Amino acid sequence: MGTILSIRDLWKIYPNGTIANQDVSVDIEQGSVHAIVGENGAGKTTLMKVVFGITQPKSGSISLRGKPFAPSQPSDAIQAGVGMVHQHLMLAPELTVAENIVLGVEPKNAGVFFDFDAAVRTARDISEQYQLSVPVDKRIDELPVGTRQRVEILKALYRNAELLILDEPTAVLTPQETDILFQTLDRLKEQGKTIVFISHKLKEVKRIADTVTIMRAAKVVETRAAEELTIEAIAERMVGHKIDLSRVPAPEQVGAARLSVRNLCMTRDDGVQAVKNVSFEVAGGEILGVAGVEGNGQTELVRALVGLLPVDSGEILVGSSDIASLSPKEIRHLGVSHIPEDRMEDGVAPLMSIQENIIVDRYDKPAFSTRLRIFWKKVLAHTVGLITDYRVRAGSPKHEISSLSGGNIQKCVVARELSADPDVVVASQPTRGVDIGSWEHLHSLIVEARDRGRAVFLVSADLDEILKLSTRIIVMYDGEIVARFDDASKVTATDLGPYMLGVKRQEADSAAVSA
Amino acid sequence: MTSLLDSIFSVEFLFAVLRVSTPLIFPALGVAITAMSGNINIGLEGIMLIAAFTGVIVSIYTESLMLALLAGVASGIFFGAALGYFHLKLKADIILAAVALNFLASGLTIFLLIVITGGRNTSALRSLTFPSFSIPLLRSIPILGPVLSGHNIMTYVAFLSVLVYYIVMFKTPLGLRIRAVGQNPDAARSVGIDVDRVKLYALMISGVFGALGGLYLSMGYVSWFSRDMVAGRGFIAVAAATMGSNLSLGTLLGSMLFGLVNTLTIYIASLDIPSDLVQSIPYLATVIVLAVYSARNFAPRKRRAAHRRRQRAQAHGKDT
Amino acid sequence: MQQFLLKHFEAIRTTIAILIGMLICILLIILVSSSPGDSISTFLFGPFSSQRTIASIFEIATPIIFTGVALSIAFQAEQFYIGAEGAFYITAAVGTAFAVSTSMPWFFHIPLILIVSGTFGGLWGLVPGYLKARFNTSEVVTALMLNFVALYAGLFLINNFFRDRAAGFMVSFRLPESAELPRLIDRTRIHWGVVLALLVALWAYYFLYHTRTGYEIRTVGHNQKFARFGGINVFKVIIIVHILTGAIAGMGGVVEIMGIHRRFNWQDLPGQGWDGVIVAIIGRNHPLYVVAAAVFLGYLRVGGQQLRLMSDVPFELVLVIQSAIILLITARAFLSQWESRMVIRQAGEEADA
Repeated sequence: MGTILSIRDLWKIYPNGTIANQDVSVDIEQGSVHAIVGENGAGKTTLMKVVFGITQPKSGSISLRGKPFAPSQPSDAIQAGVGMVHQHLMLAPELTVAENIVLGVEPKNAGVFFDFDAAVRTARDISEQYQLSVPVDKRIDELPVGTRQRVEILKALYRNAELLILDEPTAVLTPQETDILFQTLDRLKEQGKTIVFISHKLKEVKRIADTVTIMRAAKVVETRAAEELTIEAIAERMVGHKIDLSRVPAPEQVGAARLSVRNLCMTRDDGVQAVKNVSFEVAGGEILGVAGVEGNGQTELVRALVGLLPVDSGEILVGSSDIASLSPKEIRHLGVSHIPEDRMEDGVAPLMSIQENIIVDRYDKPAFSTRLRIFWKKVLAHTVGLITDYRVRAGSPKHEISSLSGGNIQKCVVARELSADPDVVVASQPTRGVDIGSWEHLHSLIVEARDRGRAVFLVSADLDEILKLSTRIIVMYDGEIVARFDDASKVTATDLGPYMLGVKRQEADSAAVSA
Repeated sequence: MTSLLDSIFSVEFLFAVLRVSTPLIFPALGVAITAMSGNINIGLEGIMLIAAFTGVIVSIYTESLMLALLAGVASGIFFGAALGYFHLKLKADIILAAVALNFLASGLTIFLLIVITGGRNTSALRSLTFPSFSIPLLRSIPILGPVLSGHNIMTYVAFLSVLVYYIVMFKTPLGLRIRAVGQNPDAARSVGIDVDRVKLYALMISGVFGALGGLYLSMGYVSWFSRDMVAGRGFIAVAAATMGSNLSLGTLLGSMLFGLVNTLTIYIASLDIPSDLVQSIPYLATVIVLAVYSARNFAPRKRRAAHRRRQRAQAHGKDT
Repeated sequence: MQQFLLKHFEAIRTTIAILIGMLICILLIILVSSSPGDSISTFLFGPFSSQRTIASIFEIATPIIFTGVALSIAFQAEQFYIGAEGAFYITAAVGTAFAVSTSMPWFFHIPLILIVSGTFGGLWGLVPGYLKARFNTSEVVTALMLNFVALYAGLFLINNFFRDRAAGFMVSFRLPESAELPRLIDRTRIHWGVVLALLVALWAYYFLYHTRTGYEIRTVGHNQKFARFGGINVFKVIIIVHILTGAIAGMGGVVEIMGIHRRFNWQDLPGQGWDGVIVAIIGRNHPLYVVAAAVFLGYLRVGGQQLRLMSDVPFELVLVIQSAIILLITARAFLSQWESRMVIRQAGEEADA
């Protein structure tokens, strides 16, 4: 068949210095289904964004059907016959299916008018041609997600896409919808289309892909025919043979349970069950690590623990009080601290000063203010103290916090949350995107909190971090706890991989949990 | 009371409603089209004023109605584009940029008027006006004829514009793109549509509608330009379009409701009914419509949360 | 030097915008005036030519300080509540109604009028505030509509119940003497309202930058998600902000009646609410800078009046420049390339060091 897309020595570095693709080379065969797998942050979506012209690489080359290809915007890629179905569907909700499909290359009447009937006809034709049934004259907001995704695929096919990129297409689908999607992809392959399938769901990859490219930490680990790889082998390569890093010693003594979650269920705004009957406890003096690929309910769970999302049912006990319907402030007063996963979004107000960012949870404490005024001098002294204690590299506490580096901003966030004297620390991706020095330092801070008797709930997509810090580990997959390890020191990345990727689950244990 | 009813159902009254509605229909369409593209445009006030002024001046200097019309419309497009430039290119908040442009229009028109005429006696400037137009067949129908016939040609253009708006919005590729951009800019971007350009086009078309409204005010409704003669119609247009959900017929009806109320206040001025209060009704109605509309949009999520709370309460009840 | 420029970038940007505005103004004068030199000096120095003109600056600035400070509180919380105009007007009408229908010694009367007006203005602001906080209804549109409701309701109140039929115009009864704000300086119309305006600005500054609620307001404005994360009650903050804006703008209206007009004589929206938007923008939502901006606006206006009296250049020149200035200040991309170049250069130098 020949190679349709060839990527050579591609580098992509984001302005903030993150290396997303490092020396990546991939060849994609015409008429195949090619899966690109890897953990979150492995660089697979970035690579495809480059191919679709959403971002541009620093160096390296791409050729499409043997010709050099350097799209500077999506319309270049579309013209060249590349289509992309994004993870978040990109459809205008109040337009009809037909209108969404033809948007941008509308059929015209008399050269001027939009020919709606022709649009409907075309949409119908194309949906019949590819046997993708959609109600062409219905509005998008009346349709279920699976159907919307079919509209996205038709959008690309209508633009004569020969190469179709699907970014985590099954993340939003029910199992039945996933089946239908896979039948569709099989048919498209028979019709000669090439499909690039980005995923971390290995069963699906095995089911659909001809070839698999495994990425890890911005690099390609391996590209092989799918039949030569077992699911276990893919999982192992994705996670990597991690050198057994120095783990922190287990705590000398573990106290009583400080945080207990019982039978917690949550639904996302789009109706998907995000957290399914989750129960666990965290005791004072231990770190409970949550391993799992991102998007398996950890974000929702964390936000429920700190009062930022409502729950459907279940209990969240801090000490003896149920906090499930309390406000964020009330929960903080009960001694819960939160290191948020997206520090620029939730953790700081970038254009406020360092000291103003430090006091967001304590400006109303008697030490810093009365009803009538804030004592900025005390705030300043307090901030200077924290900057020193937590070794933040900062000029003046009055500078905007966004003038600091990512690692130092995160140290400010951690300084604030740990200095609040919490009983429970909820830490989500605490070291994401920080330099190695800050990584070590932030870890020692978390361990120190543990040793002072705090209950630490640690969520991280970084397995090294989970393995290094955790006293116990649970694994989340698809909103459920699929594995529990009571002695983290005996666990390796290879043990966790299959659970994280949904290949294995501890049936007995989870049955015990739901009982 | 009967005399009031008599006068309301008189031919003159209904005729006046159409006349008073005309300078509201145009800008309301301008607001509607920008709203469809996802922007609140409170700058129609300034656009109308500039066009009203440009039309008068050009008609006096060229004695050509056609040139006045063209120049007026061009000034409206220019102003719409300027708003787009500041908002889209220079990243100004569109509300604040529109406030600034409204001030600019208010100052610039009088400034130029005085400079051009060299004096203060500006009301002596008599503009050309658009002709009235009586429709041969329609004229002879009883009641309906005298109400609908004999209006200024711009009144007919206004109604025609509603149709044009409908066609542009729902029957052309541009309209489709404008709606797509307003509903989900990422969707438009994903198929290679230049979102900023579409928004700019919407603002420029809103400039055309606003300009027609302004031209009618100074060259039809009256025949001169005076300070701040738009008198809030650009803001009323926001209400009218909002009431009509930015749809063609809805916007027309919204504008005519304001036209009706404004006419009514003239008619009942002599009676004991407080006309001020009557005038405030459509604005209050707009606030209520907006509140109900957003409350409804908001409800599903809230309802679900409340439902969960109830369930939780029951569950706890069972426990104890 | 570079450090200094970066640190004060926003202030420098504002200054440059003002300078460009003044430059446009001078160019326009040169274009239209038969004696440009005289006209320019009339415009620039005329406002300082006599006690009367200097007084005018502060008379004009007084109500605008109220509305500008009011709006800067709203803008600090990222609430585009542009209803200061309506609050200013209707509260002036209600305050007048209250003043003419009560009588008591001035030291009760004046504070009571201010309290009643402030309360009413606050309730007026509560309407769009509640709708925004509860249902996320656009405060821009509701405030715009309520401006008109304010106009007609105010006219209804004054024309039907408090109209002085003895006067030739549509005006209210004259305020009792106990409700008048006394003149502060003889032979001018500067009244005690200017002191009230300064007190309000000082209070707003203190409130925004030195109290808990002020901190909450600014945090919500900077990053609502962060505020929620930190435990701040965003609903409460949005409500408070709208109430305060309505209350302060409304007090400005009644102070203007009590200090300058002494009877309600506005048959149309007077425009000070919109002027407040201008000075809030120029003062970058800082109450103390807003005072300076209001005085600057007063200076421009008096300069314009001088032009009208002493030259062939129309007053409206002022409206042209003030809009040019606020356009440049609101345009976030204006000069931002220059800033980012400087940031990059500085980052490069730090890396070298």
